[in-house]
Amino acid sequence: MYSQYKLQDETGLLRETASQTAGPFVHIGLALEIAGFESRADEIWQDLAKEGAEGEHIELVGRVYDGNGDLVRDALIEIWQADSQGNYIANFDNKQPFSGFGRSACAVDGDFHFNTIKPGQVDFDGKPMAPHINIAVFARGINIHLQTRAYFDDEQAANDDCPILNGIPSDVRRQTLIAVKEAGEGKPRYRFDIYLQGEGETVFFDF
Amino acid sequence: MSQKYPYFIARDRAWQPAQYTPRYKTSVSRSPRQALVSIQNASPSERSGPVFDGLELGQYDNDLLMNFRTEGSAAGMPVGERIIMHGRVIDQFGKPVPNTLVEMWQANAGGKYRHKKDGYLAALDPSFGGVGRCITDADGRYRFRTVRPGPYPWPNDINTWRPAHIHVSVMGPSISTRLITQMYFEGDPLIPLCPIVQVLKDPDAVETMIARLDMAMSKPMDCLAYRFDIVVRGALQTYFEE
Ligand SMILES: [Fe+3]
Repeated sequence: MYSQYKLQDETGLLRETASQTAGPFVHIGLALEIAGFESRADEIWQDLAKEGAEGEHIELVGRVYDGNGDLVRDALIEIWQADSQGNYIANFDNKQPFSGFGRSACAVDGDFHFNTIKPGQVDFDGKPMAPHINIAVFARGINIHLQTRAYFDDEQAANDDCPILNGIPSDVRRQTLIAVKEAGEGKPRYRFDIYLQGEGETVFFDF
Repeated sequence: MSQKYPYFIARDRAWQPAQYTPRYKTSVSRSPRQALVSIQNASPSERSGPVFDGLELGQYDNDLLMNFRTEGSAAGMPVGERIIMHGRVIDQFGKPVPNTLVEMWQANAGGKYRHKKDGYLAALDPSFGGVGRCITDADGRYRFRTVRPGPYPWPNDINTWRPAHIHVSVMGPSISTRLITQMYFEGDPLIPLCPIVQVLKDPDAVETMIARLDMAMSKPMDCLAYRFDIVVRGALQTYFEE
């Protein structure tokens, strides 16, 4: 039987399955409430930190703009982050106070919303990286998800020393990765707006 | 306590679709104009990722024939061609990817999504939701029971139709292996006409998304089967950390 995974490159490696856009109805699969479904018993969603989670509780919010300056309301956002000690906790478990992975969507008021904790510094070959949250953006019109990082504007010293931030050649573009603290409700809120194209275009990574 | 994470084979950006693909019109205003910034030496942030052993799956989460079944109706089964969709998640070395999350969503047999924003005039099926998820077994196998979705029209060219497809999301062992794709059905004449399929330049890349009719796994007098194997980036066995 022909199997589509027999496709190999010159070195004999299998070819990665091709990516396609998540489309406008991604919510049916990955953000059920937004599509109009009832949640299942256990869902991956936007509250990474619950009461009792160790560390500084924060909100991360933001919106996604296209090249015309219009809001991308059908975007789905995924984040992956370390705990307050700078360790990645692989096990996703809604029964635990903290999980490092979450999803949100921009469909309600234009913003994605995460309730989480501020991550600690993750060690990278003996050097600390500034606290950051890894972000993936999926939407109609995006053929393969875009990968970026949100840093924090009140971590200036750590940001200045971060090997990944310093790997971005443009001083101006580096600023697109800094989330800005704004007045929140009860806990600090950081805003990380994402510009897909044009002026202020967010830095997206290949890794 | 320092954890070791694998490195992954670089993603072939010439094989994967470009962001700016003007035949697919929505990509024009949503594609970055700047080059991606390459992280030459991936850090633990890129090489780690979530595992979902702790996610409690419902009995019918991978059975779309059952998970939106209308209570009280006589048969309560969705309309359409009953199919098993199955396959393996493997990496580029052919190694199975066990315990990874596979999620899918789709239109019903009439090509209509159960989504607030789907305005297509085809009918909703009261017994069909269109969402499934499962975790791969030790051999990387996954399996869903569903109906074959219908094609549907969408505004791109004057008269554009999506081939029948199921949206598929796979996590893999790291955020580096994260992938969302669409599964198509072998022989569908709409595949070569579709601007979304055609964002891929290499016809072989399109082949990676086409499920094959699998009579061996079909059930007589019950349902057909389609096989769809998913290949994620290869995890290197040797760690180059000092
Ligand atoms: Fe679709």
